[in-house]
Amino acid sequence: MGLAACGTSGPSTTSSAKGLTMWALNDQAILKESVDAYNEDHPDEKITLRLFANDDYKQKLRVAFGANQAPDIFFSWGGGALNDYVKAGKVDALTQSDAEIDRFTPSVMGSATFDGKVYGVPANGLAPVVLYYNKKVLADAGVEPPKTYGDLLTAVKKLKARDVVPMSLAANSKWPTLMYLEYLLDRQGGSRVFTNIASGDASMWKDDSVTKANQYLQDLAKAGAFGDNASSVTYDQGASTALLYTGKAGMTLMGTWEYANIAKAAPGFLKNGDLGYTAFPTLPDGAGKASNIVGNPSNFLSLNSSTKNKDAALTYFKDYVLNDSQVDAYLAAGSVPPVEGLETKLAAVKSSTDKEWLTFVYNLVRTAPSFQLSWDQALPSDQADPLLTNTDKSFLRQIPPAEFGVNMSKAAS
Amino acid sequence: MAAPALLLFGLFGLVPLVGVVVLSLADWDGLGSVGWAGLANWSGVLTDGATWQALGLTVKVMLVSWLVQTPVALALGVFQAPRGRARALFSVLFFLPLLLSAVAIGLTWQALLDPSFGIGATPGLHWLAQPLLGSPDLALYTVIFVIAWQFVPFHALLYQAGIRQIPTSLYEAAALDGAGPVTRFLHITLPQLKYTMVTSSTLMLVGSLTYFDLIFVLSGGTGGPGTATRVLPLAMYITGFQAHDMGRASAVATLLVVLGLALSLLMTRLSGFTRMDSQQEGM
Repeated sequence: MGLAACGTSGPSTTSSAKGLTMWALNDQAILKESVDAYNEDHPDEKITLRLFANDDYKQKLRVAFGANQAPDIFFSWGGGALNDYVKAGKVDALTQSDAEIDRFTPSVMGSATFDGKVYGVPANGLAPVVLYYNKKVLADAGVEPPKTYGDLLTAVKKLKARDVVPMSLAANSKWPTLMYLEYLLDRQGGSRVFTNIASGDASMWKDDSVTKANQYLQDLAKAGAFGDNASSVTYDQGASTALLYTGKAGMTLMGTWEYANIAKAAPGFLKNGDLGYTAFPTLPDGAGKASNIVGNPSNFLSLNSSTKNKDAALTYFKDYVLNDSQVDAYLAAGSVPPVEGLETKLAAVKSSTDKEWLTFVYNLVRTAPSFQLSWDQALPSDQADPLLTNTDKSFLRQIPPAEFGVNMSKAAS
Repeated sequence: MAAPALLLFGLFGLVPLVGVVVLSLADWDGLGSVGWAGLANWSGVLTDGATWQALGLTVKVMLVSWLVQTPVALALGVFQAPRGRARALFSVLFFLPLLLSAVAIGLTWQALLDPSFGIGATPGLHWLAQPLLGSPDLALYTVIFVIAWQFVPFHALLYQAGIRQIPTSLYEAAALDGAGPVTRFLHITLPQLKYTMVTSSTLMLVGSLTYFDLIFVLSGGTGGPGTATRVLPLAMYITGFQAHDMGRASAVATLLVVLGLALSLLMTRLSGFTRMDSQQEGM
């Protein structure tokens, strides 16, 4: 049983037989640098890193675990999906001395903590969802970045009148639509509603605020907030991002990774200072705080409990994951890693555009009373599909607002 | 000669099939231990409205695909059959879609049909700037169109080959009797193509039961918008690999096998294909 050799197709040498395997997502270039640094220092027990495309990674990992061919270290989103593995006894808990956990932002660690034990270390930047806007498009239409729902409706009307899509949305991918619902519920009912749902109280889906949030989503769609074609826009093809920087859309709601995407696709747009960003607007009489955020706190690296080489893995977690040079690399890429005490590093960032953005994200997360994990990651994986499907149906107004909660409580019980 | 084939069929056909049937009676999330579920998966699948909706969509895809693809493939086959340099060139062009992988076709059409940056953005084609893949009413027909685009070349090739098998003496005799091209097509070509049509239709109908990759890509892996394109194979995949309910997914898979078998048996029975009588008796 050569565990380390499982899942790798490379030639097996004496060193790789003692080494580790690690699976992560394609776009994790900075993570790869940390693995390279580790491998240079530990030529005897190298980590073999395999990178996968986003869409099928979750399935691939699951099948690998089911077939006992899983990697020693694996990358995940935390939340309910990781908890599936924890409950099946496939993941090792980590202690403070294992991985120096207290250097990470506590609110972020929440999504990898189950029953008081920590099951992963964060491995990339904070990814709250924020409202991006095209400063020029908004200025031309004479609107301010919306702070309240009323502002938002006014902006929608004025932008529509100028033949601009008020908010570009890749609804074909379903999860971008979910981001709206997450914020609308949080602003309407406060963070407690989904916190209770995620902890297993399916009856909370029937809370009034869930219906209200769906009502707001449908009202926005009816008002033309997302244009006429949102339902055929796919996120992976970059069209929803492109609409924003080409000036065909005024705003878009997306995770902080969008900043790097825009920097890559339209560097001029960023350099001119045309990109604006702000928190999600508040709702009238809503119970949720304006500073609450939703999104992905971070991605995590976890340890397969059947690994034969735990010591090496822990060395990597402790000394190479988000160490000093990793933090610098993330900051340089426009991403804030979930590490405590970054003020001096942030002050030293050279590009003023980047500095402004990084400080915004850092403060947004530090001051947030609640940082809710994306619902499709937070819930057990058997509820993810009903969630996305019902979100889509609500968005398309195929079901009345109240039916969303009814369907979800049925799927959860 | 038959023994190795039987062995392979048993190993890669029958064994997994039995495995799936057994799994359809089990409770397994793909990760933990396998539990006995009895007929719970089956009663769950058969009483779930979503299964029947998916089955309905599958049947719709099957019938509309047949209605769209058969006449187009037949017409192309008739066009391609006579020898000629121009026809040969066109045949190659028509055949191109079949050489591409379904995923490449899906991604390409998705980009082409994007209302903001696809074909609809071309001056003069703005009427195409519609949410073809995003509207619950249009998405299924858009998918059927792309499927037809991919598979018509194959069926046209079948018809082309079938037409070239027809003895020219039949046409010469008909021409002597004063039959025009339409009469010759209706009274010689079509009847002589009977078995080609049965073959093509069987492949088309049974194939439609398993359409997966193209719809998966075109709908972003979700069978959306809503569940407007969630055909049975896609429902099976989502149940098994996204909701991690392997038992229930196996029940759906077994259902697909039964439907496919029944359909192909029905096709061969109805068409008299099993009797294998020659159409060229007395020639």
